[in-house]
Order: sequence, then structure tokens, then C-alpha cells
Amino acid sequence: MRVLVTGASGLLGSEVARLLVCQGHAVSTFQRRPSGVDGAADFSGSVTDDAVLRRAVEGAEGVIHLAAKVSFAGSAAEFHEVNVEGTRRLIHCARAAGVRDMVFVSSPSVANSGLAIAGLGAEPADPQHAHSNYSRTKAQAELLALAADAPEFRVAAVRPHIVWGPGDTQLVERVLARARRGRLPLLDTGAALIDTTYVDNAASAIVASLHRMEHVRGKALVVSNGEPRPIGELLAGICDAGGVRAPSWAVPGGLARTAGSVVEKLWTWTGRTEEPPMTRFLAEQLSTAHWFDQRETRKLLNWTPAVSLDAGLARLAEHYGSTSALPGDETPGWEKPYSMLAQKRK
Amino acid sequence: MVATTWPGIDPEWSRIISVASTSAVDVPGTVRSWHLLDNGAQLARLGLTPAGTLLCVHGNPTWSYLWRTLVAAGSNPAHPWRVIAVDQLDMGYSERSGTFRRLADRINDLGDLTDTLGLDGPVVTVGHDWGGVISLGWALAHPQQVTGVVLTNTAVHHASDSALPPALRLALHPAVHRWGTTTSDAFLRVTHSLAQPPLPTDVRKTYMAPYRGAARRSGVGNFVADIPADASHPSYPALNNVAEGLRSLKVPALMLWGPRDPIFSDRYLKDLVSRLPHADVHRFEGAGHLVAEDRNIDAPVFQWLSANGGVSNGGSTDKSVPATVGQGLNVAADGKPGEFRPLWAPLSEQATGPAQGDTAVAEMAPDGSVSRSLSWQQLDNRILDLTAGLWEAGVKAGSRVSLMVPPGVDLTVALYACLKLGAVVVVADAGLGTKGLSRAVKGATADFLIGIDKALAAASVLGWPGRRISVQDLPAARRRMLGVETSLAALARQGASRGAALPTHPVDPTAPAAVLFTSGSTGPAKGVLYTHRQLAAMRDTVAETFGIRSGSRLVAGFAPFALLGPALGAVSVTPAMDVTAPRTLTARALADAAAAINATVVFASPAALHNVVATKDTLSVAGHKALDGVGLLLSAGAPVPGPLLAEVQTLLPRASLHTPYGMTEALPVTDISLGEIRDAEAEAVAGTVAGAGNGVCVGKPVHGARLAVVPLAADGTAPGSGLVTEAAVTGEILVRAAHVKEAYDRLWLTQQESATFPGWHRTGDVGHFDAVGRLWVEGRLAHVVTAPDAVVTPVGAEQAIERLDDVRLAAIAGVGPSGTQAVVAVVETVPPSRKPGPASPQLAGRVREAASEAGVNVSAVLVVPAQPTDIRHNAKIDRSRLSRWASRVLAGGRPGAP
Repeated sequence: MRVLVTGASGLLGSEVARLLVCQGHAVSTFQRRPSGVDGAADFSGSVTDDAVLRRAVEGAEGVIHLAAKVSFAGSAAEFHEVNVEGTRRLIHCARAAGVRDMVFVSSPSVANSGLAIAGLGAEPADPQHAHSNYSRTKAQAELLALAADAPEFRVAAVRPHIVWGPGDTQLVERVLARARRGRLPLLDTGAALIDTTYVDNAASAIVASLHRMEHVRGKALVVSNGEPRPIGELLAGICDAGGVRAPSWAVPGGLARTAGSVVEKLWTWTGRTEEPPMTRFLAEQLSTAHWFDQRETRKLLNWTPAVSLDAGLARLAEHYGSTSALPGDETPGWEKPYSMLAQKRK
Repeated sequence: MVATTWPGIDPEWSRIISVASTSAVDVPGTVRSWHLLDNGAQLARLGLTPAGTLLCVHGNPTWSYLWRTLVAAGSNPAHPWRVIAVDQLDMGYSERSGTFRRLADRINDLGDLTDTLGLDGPVVTVGHDWGGVISLGWALAHPQQVTGVVLTNTAVHHASDSALPPALRLALHPAVHRWGTTTSDAFLRVTHSLAQPPLPTDVRKTYMAPYRGAARRSGVGNFVADIPADASHPSYPALNNVAEGLRSLKVPALMLWGPRDPIFSDRYLKDLVSRLPHADVHRFEGAGHLVAEDRNIDAPVFQWLSANGGVSNGGSTDKSVPATVGQGLNVAADGKPGEFRPLWAPLSEQATGPAQGDTAVAEMAPDGSVSRSLSWQQLDNRILDLTAGLWEAGVKAGSRVSLMVPPGVDLTVALYACLKLGAVVVVADAGLGTKGLSRAVKGATADFLIGIDKALAAASVLGWPGRRISVQDLPAARRRMLGVETSLAALARQGASRGAALPTHPVDPTAPAAVLFTSGSTGPAKGVLYTHRQLAAMRDTVAETFGIRSGSRLVAGFAPFALLGPALGAVSVTPAMDVTAPRTLTARALADAAAAINATVVFASPAALHNVVATKDTLSVAGHKALDGVGLLLSAGAPVPGPLLAEVQTLLPRASLHTPYGMTEALPVTDISLGEIRDAEAEAVAGTVAGAGNGVCVGKPVHGARLAVVPLAADGTAPGSGLVTEAAVTGEILVRAAHVKEAYDRLWLTQQESATFPGWHRTGDVGHFDAVGRLWVEGRLAHVVTAPDAVVTPVGAEQAIERLDDVRLAAIAGVGPSGTQAVVAVVETVPPSRKPGPASPQLAGRVREAASEAGVNVSAVLVVPAQPTDIRHNAKIDRSRLSRWASRVLAGGRPGAP
């Protein structure tokens, strides 16, 4: 099959492209930077550019759409232009080019009201109650993508939850960077149960949905490892793998959420573009449960995650071990920070 | 009146009908307009033929809306019944007659209505509150038609020697009555507020709607004014006719009761049961006056209708035997009814045999001396004296006597005296906790309460029912304060002086003998009813299984078995301990008791054994010697950890250590010795026996018992209809034996659920057999976790986790929706953590690894300073409570205490 992958320079996108190449498909990619995926033909461009898009989809039978604006900074208009209008343009071009199947890669945050999610399935995307520019525009894009589903142009939405792995700059690097500077707090006690997705699993689920289109078209599926863990343990595991000391201080979740909102606004007003120390979205992610019912997803995709959470963490440790220890880090050890934590709470 | 806006009502049911009145209050020729909910037309439209008619009568100040779930259920094609729920005149949407209709009028009104409706075929009446009286009045007036009666929180009789409930007194008070019931809607509001949980707003508004404006509420006020507070009231004769007439009503009866009712409390239920002794009774613990709102009553009503197929066969059904009795478990597992020897038969034989002068029962003092003892003959005489005294005081066959006396000589005498009289002993212990105990005692509605000072004081404060009898003679002032009539000592003296003038009729083996209470570790404690035959069977099972018989000498450190000693013909001694707090038994006290009678057998709970081991250094040489003579130790009530048994063995070197498994409903069920436990565990590790492992091995069925399981389904229930005994199939454990309970007391529905396999008791435990027939218990059915890929029973993983050095007690619980639950391990560590919350990543990792060796994937590990356990055994972890707590913590909430 000839497949176009958009956003293939990112962690997940490149993994999807690589997997498709491995499976023997003819893969082309579309993003602003080179994808770095061996065996794939790169188209360089932005989803805001119709002309390049049309060239990219030419001859493709399937499209996997990962390109999106995910960073914190930027105006609502920018998010809208890339995430909503970009998706609309891609759908338009793809349909015109006779593409048969499209997988829209979404995010569980499109249906997240900020409340704890314990064992729910994929709830309908809800742009109105989204808490960030990112999740609102992804929700709008998912709705319009699924609305485009038709027998001759089949569309499915896949929502991998918190994708991570070696080379991940979104979660792993941020966690490690913050932890290294002592700026990674545990919210409340770090007990919130969080499910995540190791990058290989997210990629194989996305590819599986392309192959199982007759079962999943018109649907949104949440994808995860199906191994919820308390956030504190998860962060500790990532820090351990990265050779950094785990978080040793706790902040009440409510306080962090409020502070996150304030900081977000300050950052926006002052036009700062670097990552703020705390955002409301991050505070919610770190202090409330997010784990999902995976039964329907696994059945429809006829798929199970191949890499367990612990195996993923081991690969992460191997990755950081091979890229040599990070400067200035101490030997990891949990007992000490945790006993400090306990004393602090006394 | 807009039926379309009433939540839960199909507008098709609502109809108005004109009825010619023949009631005395109306002038002849008067026609009244009634509003009904009636699914008759709907059934006809659906082509369903009803099995009969349910005639539902509301009380004050509700209306037919109360019965909407019954009307809906009547239209269910699975069990079609015509359901007619009336609005009484001056109530609901029926006519405001401008008259004061008294009870006799209202009973007659209902007859006018059914005449007009031309009801034929069987009719089962359903009533609530004062509608209960009216429905029964109709039933008595229509003996050809009535085939059953259903009652919910109602009353037909008020004892002249007691006051009306305070709430009713207030409503009847002249200063309050008109304002409270008619001028204002206070009476309506108060009644609606009794719903537990509170009524949804739209439902409350629907109840209120027909009573807006004082003019529409005159019926409410008149209803209250028509309550006969005494015999001078104009409606007293009509009420009395119903109350007395009931005694001749032989049709099946069902009483569904909400005990948290400030007006129609348990004492009215007791009165009704005394008039309709064959009634099936279910008390919904926690429900109140508006039981039809508080609980789903349509399912039990229709289940009962189908269980009593007879209700549709006309009025000839004679159910004079109490329906909760006689479920057919009085048959030994081999199918042959055993020869019946009363529980006390061996005691009587000892008293007349060669050993009559030897010690039968003894109590130890804290200093190691024997504080009291009786020979067999003395014991027998004491029992006879007290039997006569109790009989004179009014204790009769069927009387319920609550015994709140710690194990020892006094309890033994009182227990056997009551049993000989045919009274039903109610044994609720402090191990239920004050709240649980109070709930249990009130629910059992004892006629008499025999108690020590502490129990009598609690009875006064908490309003426990029953005429009060102290153990010892009390000073007059104290007696008045506690409301105590007499004492066991005084009754025995009276009995002795009157001689054996008491009518002696042999005890009926199938009559109820005892109500014992479950520990309440999984919901409110349940009363468990035993007949004489079942108690005798329990004795025989213990005798056969453990070889305890006359000549055995027991130290009774565990209440349930302590009482069996005399029935086994065995000498029993109560060690110096607080038997309600097993942890107070010391090694020294145990040795002293053993020395006093040269004990051969020791009964002790696991918690007691813990303390015995902890205090073993206080043992003298003589103490060790006394324990040396013990040949058998039995420990039951909760799982006994292997390491504890090993330590006990060093103290009782010659004893065979047995840990029978059982429950309040069937004791014992299986038996296993320490040696057998070790063999089983070795086989589990070696994998040489199919099915060995994943649970606590409790051994093989005791003498005369049969076991089976009903396999678990993917949703964690055991819905199957087949009994399985093959190895390695996990399911709910069922037991069949002559000593299994007769029924749950006043829990008809619970009893039905526990006896879906006739003759078998569903234990609510889950487990499996191994290839050599041993049972392995895996936990409680209610605690099964349904993960996406597996049904997880808790015990196997808990055992694996508890093998970690720094874990004392582990519990497995589930969070999240059924079928996709995340498995949580909650651990109590050594030393205990200071605060509840997530475990350190290191501990979590080790716990997760241990659980995965038992095949269970744990998502989160939480620590608690102490596990929530039951009071009685201090061992059974309330996993449901942990699950609720873990759900909050893992959602990101504050931990708090579980």
C-alpha cells in the first residue's frame, strides 16, 4: 500500500513511518523538516500550504495524519490554522486525490473535562470544554475528520494517551530536565493513576487501524499500554531510566492547577515562548487519574501492545546509558528522596 | 392532573372511575369519583393474560404513585399481573368528598371499588402505612378472592401498655394536628423527607402535587385524626377487628420492611409476625418508612409471587408453617434423615451417669484458681430450675431470648434452659461493634433480654427491645434504672421452690432454636436461624470430625464452640479472659485453664493464639506441662497464618493443630491440620497436584458435608446453574450438610439468594478444589476484581505479597468499572507506615513482582498504617471499603484513612 504519513519528524510519526516501511509499504512523509526515516520519501512542507499537500497525497492509498501544533506557545489562531484548517485541507486534497483511507491521530485530551478518568472508553470529542488551544483545536479537527468518513473515504481517529520512548522530547526530556533542575513536583501524593503509551505500541496501533479500517471507520479509539500506574511511580521510573533523581517535593494539586492557570496567562501576556514552569494542563495531567478501558480498542484493532511499561522503561534506560550519563547527575536512589519527602510531610 | 408529567408513570395506567358508595358516611345513592393506576388495559392491548390482580393501597399522605414500580413490573411479559393502585377517597387525585371517612368507611369504600371494577380471579393485596390496615380489612372481607397479602411498614395493633410513637403523638396533638396536617403541608413534607436516600426533586413534587392547597389536604388531616390512640376511639373496633381477624388469615403473606422508620418500627413488624407467623419477612437494613421508594420492591414482590405459585390457585392455600423454616436442609448429605437427639441429650446422660459428680463446667479466675464450677448433676439441676423459673416468667416455645452474657457457667445454664423451653436464643456479640450489635438486636426483636450489667445499660440507652433480666440480683435502684424485672438467680430460686411443675413436651426438631449473627465484615450483620435439629447436627459433626465426646476436656477460648461443650458431654473450662476480646487470652491463662481440668482439647481464635504466642515467656514449668497434655487444638473464625501455627506447635508439642473452615451459616465446613497444610503447600509449590495453590487450603469436607462450586463468569459473578467439583475450577463455594443454617432471619430475599440450589447454601466465598479433593479458598465473591483480561480472586496474590518480609497484611482490591478494573494492592507494612498513600516506587516494584508471580498484574500499590478489619476476628479485611478508598486516592484525591 502507498501510505503518506504527515508529521513524520516527530517521535511517534517517525516510528509509524518506520514501521510501515518495515512492513513493506511504499511510504512518503510530509513535514517541515526531514523525517530521517530510511526508505521513506520526504515531502517538505506545511499543512497550511495547499500546493505541496496536493503533491504529497498524489497516488497515496492511505494517509496517516500526525502533523499538528502541539507546543504550549502560540496564539489560538495559529493552533486553529494548523490543527483545524490543516486537517480540513488535507482531507480535501486526499479525497480529491482518491485516497481511500485516513487515520487521524488525535489525543484523549479532546474529551477531557479536567475530571479524573478511571476506566472510561473514548468519549466524544468536546471542543467546548477543552482546556487548552491544543486540545480544543484537536477536538474540532477530530470531529471534522470523522464527519468526513464515507464508504469511499474511510476515516478513523486514534487517540494514543501520553506517548513516550527514547528520544521523546514531549514528556521524557521535559520530565528529566525539570527533575534535573529540581523543578519537577509531585502533585498531592503522586497517587493519580495514569496510563501511558510506549511509542512502539502507539505506532503499531495506528498502523493496525489503517489495516482494520472496515472495523474502525467512523470511530475514535483511545490507545494506551493498558498499564495504569500512579504518576509518582511513573515519573520516578522515567527519572531512574534517565539517571536523574526523582521528584522529592509535593505540591497540593489544587494549588498547582491555580498556579498553572496564572502562569499560563502571565506567559501569554508577556509573550514569552519558552515552556512555563507549570501549566494548568500539566497540573491536571499530574494530579488526576487518566486511564482507559482498552477492551474495545484491542478487539477492534486485533492488537495488543508489544512493549510493556517496564520493558519500555528498560529501553529508555538503555537509551540514556548509551548516550552517556547526563552531566552533573547523581546516582539514582529512591529511598533517600522518599524518606525526605516523608519527613517533610510530618 | 397530568399523568404524562409523573416520572415513572405510563399515562395509559391513569384512569378515573365512578363508584356508587355504600359506606355509612355517605347518603345512599352517592357516587364517588376514584383515580387509579391500572395496567389492565395495557395488558389487554399487549395480549398478556394476568396471573391475578395486585390491589395496592397507599397510606397517608401518599397516593397510588407509591406503587408505580409494581404497576410497571405487572406489565412485564415475563410475569404479567394486573396491578391496580388506588387513590383513596379524599387522597391523591380521587374525589374530595367533604366527609370524614373513618377506617370502617375506607374498608367498605375499597370493597365498593372492587365491586364496580368487577374483579374476579385471585387478588393479592399490597398495603403501606394505614393503607396496610385497609388492605387487610378488604382481604378479611373478601376471603373468596384474596390469595395473598403483601405489607410494607404498617401496623394493625398498638399495645395498650405503650405510648404511640412520638411522631404520631405530635401529629395528633390538638395544638398541632390541624395546622400540621391540613393548614400547612408540614406532614407531607416530613413524610417525604423520610425517604433514604432522599427523593429526587421531580418525584417529591409529584407526591406533593395532588395536595396543593389546604382544601385538598383535609383527607390527610382526617386520616391522622382517625388513628385510634386508645379503645375509646370510634375507629378502635374496626382496627381491632382487622388485628384479630388476621390470626385466621392463612393465605401467603410477605412483609417488606424499612427498619429506619420513626413510626412503624420493628415492634410493629413483630406484632404482625405474631399474627401471621407464616409470613415471609424481609427487612431492608438501612431503608425507612417509604420502603417502596428506598428499595427496589417490585423484584422481590414478583419473585415471591412466583415462589408462592399457590397465590394464584384460589384461597385454599394453607401455609401454617413459617415459610422461612423448612427449606429442607435438615437432611444429612447422604440423604437419610438422622435420628434426632436434642442438643442437651449428652448433658442429661452425664448427669444421671457414673460421672454425675465430676466437674462439667468451670470458670477460671485471673489468679489461676477455679472461680466457679458445677458437676454434671449440679449443672443439670441448675438448668431445670432456671427452665421452670423462665417458664413462669413467661418464656414460652417460640419466645425470642437475647443472651448477652459472656461464655461461662451462667451462659451455659441460660442457653440450655431456653433451648429446653423451645425458646429461640438470640446470640449477638460485642464483636459486631456497638452500632452493628444494636442493629442486630433491634432487628431480632427479642421478647426477653438476659444480660450482664453492661448489656442492660446499653439496652436502656439504645432502646433494645425485650423484658430485661439481669444475671445476678441487682440493688433495687439499679434495677429500676435499667428497667430490669428480675434476675437469673431469682428465677432459678423460684424455679427450684416450685419444683418440676413445668409442662414437658418434647422439643420439635424443626422448630427454630437459635439466631446467631454473622460478623458483618461484608455488609450489615445478618441473623442466621438454626433449628434444634441443625444445632444437634452441628454437635454431631464436631464430635465425629474431631473425636470430641464424653470424657474429652476442653478449654473454651472461642465462644461458638464454648457452648457446645456440655452438648458433647465434654468437660469445659472458660479461661480467664475477656471472651469478647480474644486478644486478651494469655499463655498463662490458657495453661491455668488446661491445668484445672487436665485439658485434652483447646478451642481458641486466631487472635487469641497471637497473644498466647506473644506472652509465652510468662509460662511456668507447670504451665508447659499442662499444655503438654493437650492433644487437639482447634482454631477457627478467620484464616490462621502458617507461621503462627508453627509457633503454637512449640507450645503444644503433642497437639494436632486443626484449623476448620466455616461460617456462621455452616460451622464447620472443612477441616485441615497443620501437617496437611504443609503437605498441601509443598504440593502447590512443586506443582504435583492439579489445582493445588492460589488460595488458602482449608482441607476436605467435615463429616456429613458436601461441597461444590458454581464457576465464576467473566463479570465476577457466579450465575451458573451447574455444580462443579472438578479440580482447578474457581467458583462460589456451596455447602450442603445437616448442620447448615435453616434460613436468614427476616431476610427472605437474602435467604432466597443463598438457596438458589435447593438444599445447598451459597457461602459467598470463592475457591476451587484440587485433584485430591481439598478446597482452596480464594476470597469473597463480593471482592472479586474484574480486570480486562482476567477475573482476579484476591487471596492468591495477597499470600504472595505477604511473603515479602516487610509486609504484614496485604489486600487486593479493584478500582474502575467492572470488566476493566485496575488491580490495586493495599499493604500494611512492618513497621507500619505513618500515613496512608502510595507506596514508595521500590516497595511498589517488589509488591508488583510478587503479585505477578501469582499471575496478577497490579497497577498501583498503596500503603495503610493498619488494614480495616472486622471487630470480631480482627482479621477479615473489608476489601470493599479499601476499593472505595483506593478509587478516591488513585483518582487524585486526598488519601485520608480507608
